[in-house]
Formats: sequence, structure tokens, C-alpha cells
Amino acid sequence: MAITSTMVIRTITSTNMNSLAFSWNIINDLHLMLQYSFMRNAFEAGTIVAVVAGVVGYFIVIRKSAFAAHALSHIGFAGAAGAVLAGLTPIVGLLAFTMGGGIAMSTLGRRAVNRDVQIGIVLAFMLGLGVLFISLYTGYATEAYSILFGEILGISSRDVLVTLIAAFVLLGAIAVIYRPLLFSSLSEDIAEARGISIFWFGIIFMLLVAIATSVAVQVVGVLLIFALMVTPAAIAQRISRRPAHGILISVLVALFATWIGLFTSFYLPYPVSFFITTITFAGYSAVRLIESISLKNKARLMSEDI
Amino acid sequence: MEDGASVIKADKLSAGYADKTVWRDAEFTIGSGEFVAVLGPNGSGKTTLFRILLGLSKPVSGDIKILGQLPARGNKHIGYVPQRHSVDSETGIEVIEFVRLGLVGTRLGTGMAGYGLKEAAEVLHSVGAEALAHKPLGVLSGGELQRVFLAEALIGEPEILLLDEPLANLDIRRETEFVRLINNVVRSRKITALLIAHNINPLLPVLDRIIYVANGRVATGAPREVLTSESLTSLYDTPVEVLKDSRGRVAIIGIDESEHHHGRYGHHEHHGHTHHHEHEHE
Repeated sequence: MAITSTMVIRTITSTNMNSLAFSWNIINDLHLMLQYSFMRNAFEAGTIVAVVAGVVGYFIVIRKSAFAAHALSHIGFAGAAGAVLAGLTPIVGLLAFTMGGGIAMSTLGRRAVNRDVQIGIVLAFMLGLGVLFISLYTGYATEAYSILFGEILGISSRDVLVTLIAAFVLLGAIAVIYRPLLFSSLSEDIAEARGISIFWFGIIFMLLVAIATSVAVQVVGVLLIFALMVTPAAIAQRISRRPAHGILISVLVALFATWIGLFTSFYLPYPVSFFITTITFAGYSAVRLIESISLKNKARLMSEDI
Repeated sequence: MEDGASVIKADKLSAGYADKTVWRDAEFTIGSGEFVAVLGPNGSGKTTLFRILLGLSKPVSGDIKILGQLPARGNKHIGYVPQRHSVDSETGIEVIEFVRLGLVGTRLGTGMAGYGLKEAAEVLHSVGAEALAHKPLGVLSGGELQRVFLAEALIGEPEILLLDEPLANLDIRRETEFVRLINNVVRSRKITALLIAHNINPLLPVLDRIIYVANGRVATGAPREVLTSESLTSLYDTPVEVLKDSRGRVAIIGIDESEHHHGRYGHHEHHGHTHHHEHEHE
């Protein structure tokens, strides 16, 4: 994601957006859209990231570790800025810093319930580093912007490959430790009594979040990562009864938001991240609204019975 | 195991940390099928005893054998009901999915095929919680959660059941119900149960034995042996009087539960308290 290529892509998008108008023939629209390699890359990366974020997000939500995910993404900001400063691709710095930060956080606070303070301390220090790196890097504006808010339209096919490999590693690891991870997420005390190491599962979980965060940053950026990692999972947690269904719903919501976001942004001159965050937020609000209406109805029916 | 054979045997057992003992020289034998209450002030080291049995803490000195074996992490013969029920009120995950993790939760892989659902349904039925099977964990009351956690602990058909303050936060009616339920479980499954409690009275009709942890020491015996003025005076090293009413309920006079720094092991007790506390919230 060098500055020049990003800017070139911006120009291409804006000119092409004018020549390609939205028609109600969605298939044809998609076909035209995918003629462009940056849109193909964006759809590929977006799909992979949505699946990863949906799966990992579900565990983040049932472990009540949303703050940890938030902190890791900001730590990733420092890593990405450092990598750019050192002339490396941002994903390297993202992975190194989020994984290091994840290990530090889970080592400092052994139990999830009181990890917030330790997380906050590591987070503050890392953000300080990020600011330093940004100030040291002269041409920072575009890079900082794309790290903070995502630049999915600037993703190269090499980035897509890195994302795909990271996703395979991550999903494979989750498939192996699925049940003990779920068990320790739902009740640390019982899982520990049954011989599951809370300490090691804490670290493994943070590493999974670190990888997921690093790949998701490319799509929605550091500041908006909750839209893909937490909101779809929060929707899923409220409306599903079984963990397997919850994960599926979480993935579907993330996929839907990413696809619609990408599709819409092809025709409208606004950032993809904005569309993704808006769609997931609307989804969450709708679920809460429907829940409260059905609760009121139940209460009304019960009072009529009496 | 035959009835009455020893299930847990402690010999000169001391608990705590290298330089600070929580309690010392505990000697007790718990027989198969016994219903045991573990009593004592806050911070006296009751949970520490459970952690030793679960293999999560090492004793400072002495021996302890569980079914003839040294304590080990992940002992399949022990079912455990924790004190804190950190269930998210937002969670939609249903009870049966949680209970089956008690059977399959330590195994690797995804196990999507619904393994353990039949056992989970059976164990929920056996504790009278079959109606809760498909309710989300987040909407359950304290008493309902208690049953669900009990089912989760029983699903692996353990021989020993450890319950950490299951009666806390229950009103008197639910307390009586739950004591009756545990007693049924203990008798029908021939399980040995250790239950940490603050109030002995709801348990008195069903107990076989009391382990009283206080003042850095551990006293044990049948309720009528332990709950006497002489026995508790000697344990606390300070005058204690046990009063009984016409229905057999007891009141223990002379112990201020919030303050127990007197006596020979007062100093140790103080440190024990501090550490115990940290442990629980670590």
C-alpha cells in the first residue's frame, strides 16, 4: 500500500465511478465491477476478513473481551506505523505488535475479569509509540489515514494472499481448540477445575485476536474494527441459542456488511468503512428494537391474562 | 468403592504458601458417600482446601490422597460447582449447550455432531431442570443457575462433588430446596459431597460430617462432635458457646466472623486471609 499506488487507485476509482452508473441488474453491475483488479482484490480480502472477524468476534463477545480487541487494534496502529517507518509492509508491524501486545496483556492480568487496567496501560504506551512513529515518518498523512480507517480499495493481490494464509492458520487453530476455548470462555472457573489451563488459553486467545485484528485492519482500519469484529458477533450472541449457530450468524452478518459496503462504495464517493459500520450498526439497532418490542408485547399479554 | 471406604484422606496436611500457612496439620478421612459441610470464617482457607483437591494448589506439607491418588488437575472423578457464576446476562446460549461442555468441553476439535446432548438432557432431568434445557443462560435466576451448574458438574458422573458456597444468594425456600436436591443426588448416586457453607442450620438434617476451618487449624467429625462449645473453644482458642434450640438449630456465640486475629495462629490467619482473597480475584 505505497502512497503512490493508493493515490493512483483513488483517481481510477473516481473516474470510473462516473462512467459506470448503478443499474438494477445487480449481476451485471457486479460483473462490470469485478473487471477491475482492485475491486476483485477488495472483494477477496473483504470476504476473508469478514469470515475471520465473524468467527473470532464471537469468542471476543462471549469472553467479554471487547476492550482487549479494541486495545489490540490500536496497538496494531503503532506496529503498522513502525513498519511503514522502517520501510516494511504494514501487516508485518501489525502482526508483530498485536501478538506481542496480546501476550503482554494476558500475562499481566491472568483472569479476564480484571484485565482492563493492564490492557489500558499497555494500550496507552503503544499509542504513544504510534504517535512517535507517525511524527518520525515524513509523508505520514495517507498512510496514517489508511491504517486508521482502512483502505480496502488499495489492497494488492499479495496482501490478499497474506490475508488468506493468516485466515487459514487462524481458522485451523480455532477448529482444533474450539471446545476447550468455548468452555473456558463460558466459565473460567469450571474449565480450570476440569484441567484446562486458563493462562495458556488466555494467551492463545489473544494471539488469535491479534492475527484477526491485523488482517481486519486492512479493511476497516484500526478505529473501525469493532464494526466487523464485535457488532456482528453481538448481534449473533443475542439471537442464537447454540454457539455453532452464533458463529455462523456472526460470519453472515460480517459478510453481508462487507459485500454491501463494497458494492455501494463503488457507486458513491464515500469510504467503504463508513458503509460497513453503518450496516452493522443498523443491524444491531434493529435486533435491540425487535427484542424490546417483543418483550413489551409479552408483558402486555401477561398483564391481560391477569 | 465400598461404602464407608476412604475417598479423601489428609495426613498432617498444611496449606498456604512457602512462608505463610493458611491452616496446618489437618487430619481427616472422608468416607464414600458422605455429605460433608466445610465451615469457617471468610478467608480461613475453605476454598484453598478445594483448590488442593482440584490439583490447582499444592499443599505446603503433608499428604492428601483422593481415591488413593495424589491430587491432579483435571481429575475426572471430581465435579465442581464454583462460587462465582460469571454468566453474561446478554448471552443467548442455551442451558443444554453449556451443560454438555461439562462432558466434552476439554476435548479438542469442534464436535459439531451434537455429542453429549443426550447425557446433558438426562442429567438436567435428574436435577429437575429439564424445563430449562433450551432457555438462554442469561435469563436464569440464581436458583436456576445453581441447578444448571450442578447438572454440569454431574454430567461426567463424578464420585466426588465439590460445591463452593452454593447456598449463598438463595432465599430460605430455595435454600431448603437446594439442600434437599443435593442430598438426593448424594444418596441416589452414592457421591461424596463437600459443600462450603456459612450457615450450618439448613444442612444439619442431612450432614454426615463437618470440616471446620478456623484460626489456622482444621477440626473434623460428626456435627454433634464438632458443634460443641468445648470443641470450638479449643479450635478457636477463645471461649465459644454453641447454643441449640428446640428444633436442633444451632447458634455459635463468641466468634466475630469479621475479626479473628486472636489466638495462637492469629498472625498466620491474617496473612492467610489476604492471600486467599487475592487468589479468588486474581
